[in-house]
Amino acid sequence: MSYGPNPWQQAHWDWRAAGNFIFGGAGSGLLVFTVASGLQGVAARLLVLTGLALVGLGLLCVWLEIGRPLRAANVFINLRLSWMSREALASVFVFACGLGLAAGVQACAAPLAVVALAFLYCQARIVQGARGIPAWREPLIVPLLVACGLAEGAGLFWLLGAWQVPAHAAASGLFAVLVAVRWALWRTWRKRLGDAQIAPRALAHVDRIAPVVQWIGGALALALALLAAGGLAPESWNPALLAAAGLAVAVSGARFKFTLITRAAFNQGFALARLPVRGVPR
Amino acid sequence: MTRWAMVADLRRCVGCQTCTAACKHANATPPGVQWRRVLDIELGVYPDVQRAFVPVGCQHCDEPPCLPVCPTTATKKRADGIVTIDYDICIGCAYCAVACPYQARYKTDLSEFAYGDKPMDNEALRFDDAKRSVATKCTFCVGRIDSGLANGLTPGVDPEATPACVNSCIADALAFGDIDDPESNVSALLAKNQHFRMHEELGTGPGFFYLWDRNRPPIDEEKS
Repeated sequence: MSYGPNPWQQAHWDWRAAGNFIFGGAGSGLLVFTVASGLQGVAARLLVLTGLALVGLGLLCVWLEIGRPLRAANVFINLRLSWMSREALASVFVFACGLGLAAGVQACAAPLAVVALAFLYCQARIVQGARGIPAWREPLIVPLLVACGLAEGAGLFWLLGAWQVPAHAAASGLFAVLVAVRWALWRTWRKRLGDAQIAPRALAHVDRIAPVVQWIGGALALALALLAAGGLAPESWNPALLAAAGLAVAVSGARFKFTLITRAAFNQGFALARLPVRGVPR
Repeated sequence: MTRWAMVADLRRCVGCQTCTAACKHANATPPGVQWRRVLDIELGVYPDVQRAFVPVGCQHCDEPPCLPVCPTTATKKRADGIVTIDYDICIGCAYCAVACPYQARYKTDLSEFAYGDKPMDNEALRFDDAKRSVATKCTFCVGRIDSGLANGLTPGVDPEATPACVNSCIADALAFGDIDDPESNVSALLAKNQHFRMHEELGTGPGFFYLWDRNRPPIDEEKS
């Protein structure tokens, strides 16, 4: 069996691993944005429970992927070094604070935002820690994935709650900022990958979904969010505008992460720094 | 200190895959799992084409990228440089496999044998269900090294204490030994020959060296 020098697609992490980053990222982003919006009451509790359910769904995906699911508790052992262990620990606090807030303990709100953000950061570091995959180890992947999670969480916030939540200019403006930041980081990350010329085949997959990320999840969503945030459309349109923008951001984000984990995950391949000089004694 | 390392002479390797077969025999790895494999690489454009046979596997790095990512501490590095996996605590998340730039790690969910349900003698002897659904990789035949040392043998010199792939090499292309010992076989090879390590730019410090040419005197000296 010979693989030659060309990189090939990693086959260890599939849709289940992608599911963790898709659901866990958006879920933790939803928790952060719900707290940041200052929303309270039944709508807030339902959004928090939705965020927890998404984080749980992501962890369930991972649990389905690991080879020895009955040993899953071992994931907590290497907190000193492993971002996967830290993600697992953060998830415990996310659920503790989230359930507390859903039960009406308002003091859990700020800690929930912090641990949900920590969970999201751990996820981003997990991806960057995979040094065998050039498209993942690019350092900008960390802020990009954090921005993705926050933007997608904000998108879900408006998708699920636009008709229950008053469309404050601040909250919808923050959503627009997150969409813009995600867009800018994605473009920069893509450019860096291209400039480095380390993952051309991964880049081809990334470029295939570029219209979804850039135009639907970027330009279109940003335009809709700005229309609502800037008061440029009739007020009665705002919920629909924000929900549509939220849907665009969430779907495009999920598409990007699925591609990143399962399609743009070409490994390092092999490389010979020098070729053998034959016919000489050693 | 001791730092076990492998040296592969690219000028000598003929791509016979005997080391691959020896590894599979010694470790009874299931179908599709090759802890030691030899790449057959063609480089260049006709008529300027070269072919190289490149033994690869776990590089037992100084800074193994697989180690810090492991959430369970199943992956460890011994003081002698050998990177090990504790199959009893590994959860099979495969994070180490995507972190390894050398594609050296495997995870198989089924206990399969080379010829269907009936194991060959070596497979029956070495079957270990603990290796199912967890990460596995080349161990430098650590069991042979440890038992050899316990019996006063020298790894890389005495076959009983040397990795199976090295013992089997028909071309003497593979060598194993302690690079911290200036008198060792591998230190001598590295001193006499030009060498490189794969993906050196990643800072992993592989314990696997590739010889590609002899050390040559400066051109002036060669002419005289």
